[in-house]
Amino acid sequence: MSTWAERLDGPVWARLRDARTFGVAGIVVGVCAALVALPPVTARSPLYPALLGIAAAILGLAAALRGERRVGWGAFAIGVIGIVLGVLATRSSTGNLNLVFTASLIASMFVFSTPLVFGAIAGTFSERSGVVNIGLEGMMLMGAFWGVYGADKGKSWAVGILVAMLAGGLLALVHAYFAIHLRADQIVGGTAVNFLALGITGYFFFQLYHGDNVPTGVSTIPDVKIPGLEHVHFFQAAFGKLNLMVWLSFALVVVAWFVLFKTAIGLRIRACGEHPRAADTVGISVYAIRYGCVVLSGMLAALGGAYLSIGFGGGAFTENMTAGRGFIALAAMIFGNWRPFGALGASLLFGFSTALAYRLPAYSGSAATLFQALPYVLTLIAVAGVIGRTSPPAADGKPYRKQ
Amino acid sequence: MGTPEHDELVGDAPTVATRFALAQRAGGIVGPLLTTALAFLIGGLVVLASGANPLSTYRAIFEGSGLNWLFPWVRGVDRSFAAGNLQQTLLLTTALVLCGLAVGFAFRSGLFNIGGQGQYLVGSIFAVWIGSSFLRMNGPLHILLAIAASTVAGALYAGLAGVLKAVVGAHEVITTIMLNWIAVWVGSWLFGQGGALQSHGGGGSFPTSNPVADSAHLPVFWGSASLQGLDIGFFVALACLVLYAATLERTTLGFEVRAVGFNPQASRYAGMSVARTYAIAMAIAGAFAGLAGAVDVLGWQFSVGVNDVQSSQIGFIAIAVAVLGRNRAVGIFCSALLFGALLNGTATRNLDPTVFRPELASNLTLIIQGLVILFVGADVLLLWIWQRRPRRTAPA
Repeated sequence: MSTWAERLDGPVWARLRDARTFGVAGIVVGVCAALVALPPVTARSPLYPALLGIAAAILGLAAALRGERRVGWGAFAIGVIGIVLGVLATRSSTGNLNLVFTASLIASMFVFSTPLVFGAIAGTFSERSGVVNIGLEGMMLMGAFWGVYGADKGKSWAVGILVAMLAGGLLALVHAYFAIHLRADQIVGGTAVNFLALGITGYFFFQLYHGDNVPTGVSTIPDVKIPGLEHVHFFQAAFGKLNLMVWLSFALVVVAWFVLFKTAIGLRIRACGEHPRAADTVGISVYAIRYGCVVLSGMLAALGGAYLSIGFGGGAFTENMTAGRGFIALAAMIFGNWRPFGALGASLLFGFSTALAYRLPAYSGSAATLFQALPYVLTLIAVAGVIGRTSPPAADGKPYRKQ
Repeated sequence: MGTPEHDELVGDAPTVATRFALAQRAGGIVGPLLTTALAFLIGGLVVLASGANPLSTYRAIFEGSGLNWLFPWVRGVDRSFAAGNLQQTLLLTTALVLCGLAVGFAFRSGLFNIGGQGQYLVGSIFAVWIGSSFLRMNGPLHILLAIAASTVAGALYAGLAGVLKAVVGAHEVITTIMLNWIAVWVGSWLFGQGGALQSHGGGGSFPTSNPVADSAHLPVFWGSASLQGLDIGFFVALACLVLYAATLERTTLGFEVRAVGFNPQASRYAGMSVARTYAIAMAIAGAFAGLAGAVDVLGWQFSVGVNDVQSSQIGFIAIAVAVLGRNRAVGIFCSALLFGALLNGTATRNLDPTVFRPELASNLTLIIQGLVILFVGADVLLLWIWQRRPRRTAPA
């Protein structure tokens, strides 16, 4: 017979008393604080969000005081934000709430987060291998334009995707050559690549399509209809009719995590990003790994761009179509601490804030505009180290010279 | 910092400043000139590939920029036309010089200020705010107040990135990119539908900001004030070029900035506060960009539309200006003039559409900018020459 105190030392209990568990629980409770005031629960008393938010903050504090600073303070912040948002929601009319917070909000969150997921995973590969890639924006833009071109001329969205990946990969190759072989400053190179992409896509848009819209009826990436969900009210609206690329982006996150953290090739990539000299000493070709990762990064970013034009864009292209999404993807990568699932979480958060911003005009048009700055403010706070430190790969951005 | 392992990691990574020092030693002005020529050559091939004559295209761009005003044989209507174009070019040059100084000053301390755009926008916002309120104020005082507010705002905005770099080591590229977009959305919010500074007069289809009071307009000294002549902001930019060179070459602060840019570790051992230098260098950089925003708003824009806020590129082109100008005052002026002329010469209203389509030409400008940054940033030609010179000493 074990005593009560002994049983507390068991593995399951130890896991439960772990500071990290407290922090994660705090985050969940904090999110709930905002959710209880929203449909379908729609609690109308400010008491519920306040209580849940306070609970989240306490859990967060407990975690933070026991060493899990990043998760702990994160939970604390989410608890406070949850109280504010929850109480605000209880003050709003139910009509407005039902208008804004529908199941299709979740669907549109996926729509906005998908290009970010592709971009953030692209950036993760490049930076894990030690090459800073602020040219993501340009590589996405290349994918957006050449994806349309391929889908138009090849009469198939699959050709479009291939052409987009080719174009993004080529631009990334330019960045890789200057960053790796010529050891140019990678940020200067990335800036140049962004300008080049803007110029090239704009130039060919006018040259090939005379600046008008691409002929209608371009083959677009299909939606995936999930059978059996037609009658399930909430899930049908949220997940029933998502684009193929949305599901691909989820798969990409899992694959990227597996490749980076569970395979030998992933270990090599990370070694090149952390300590290239050591990697070189044990026979890893730093140059080959970095070239591969940067080109892969360009291809993945281009996929995100192709989704913009021939996915949810319906086969249309406009100049500078990405409009800064490459930079939000970069932010998502940093916010996610250079990890695939972190990048997914950050992309979903940023996608949600964009989706919400598009619906907020129900309350106030100008506030909705300001809301668009939220991802950038959050990232600024994250890199400022208020909620723990972000930790980039040690040799990120540092050219390597063979000996 | 400074541990053997750390030194080993960064040992192979030349900072922008050391790379720049190498370039100075190895040929100075020749590198930028040759790489510019190379970029224009590639641009010409692109023109050729799309079926136009590159020579007549470049000639048309040159005339669209108004630089032919400098030729004494251009007379009559052509001359007054060229004068108008040149005024436009110099207006763009003014902003590019100031933003180029913002990028260049940070570069000299070893920081990459990619946030010139955000600092410029913050300067514009403050200039619009001050310029469109305090309507009873006397003119020159009003102008000075607006310029001072914009400059300080730009300095604080960039200083935030500098302080974050100094205190917690947050990479300035990341923070300034984020600050850029925050400025874009705050500007869109303030000038947009229902915003605090939105103009409710006028029947334009796009939301735009309140106009600056007439008394707060900068005086125009060349051309007609009603046709966007050249205002005295141009002289402000020239004065800032002198100030920039003097600060860097003749003051203790400038010495510290350059020393930290060359080698932060050595500067720390020499007793300089690297963190403080980073913060101050960013603040001064932001002051230049904020000033650029004020000069543009008070000089010729007068009110700023939401689409201007979202599509403005001046702070990014300034990166090309600083890189090509090798962060030197004279270089920044020359490259600002080059890019100002390119931008204006390829604008829809200036380029003769029978020679080359302006839509294509404006994108050609972007391609040339990209190539210039790529080539000059990597010192392609210098590396090429460097590798072919007889090996006497080990390369730096």
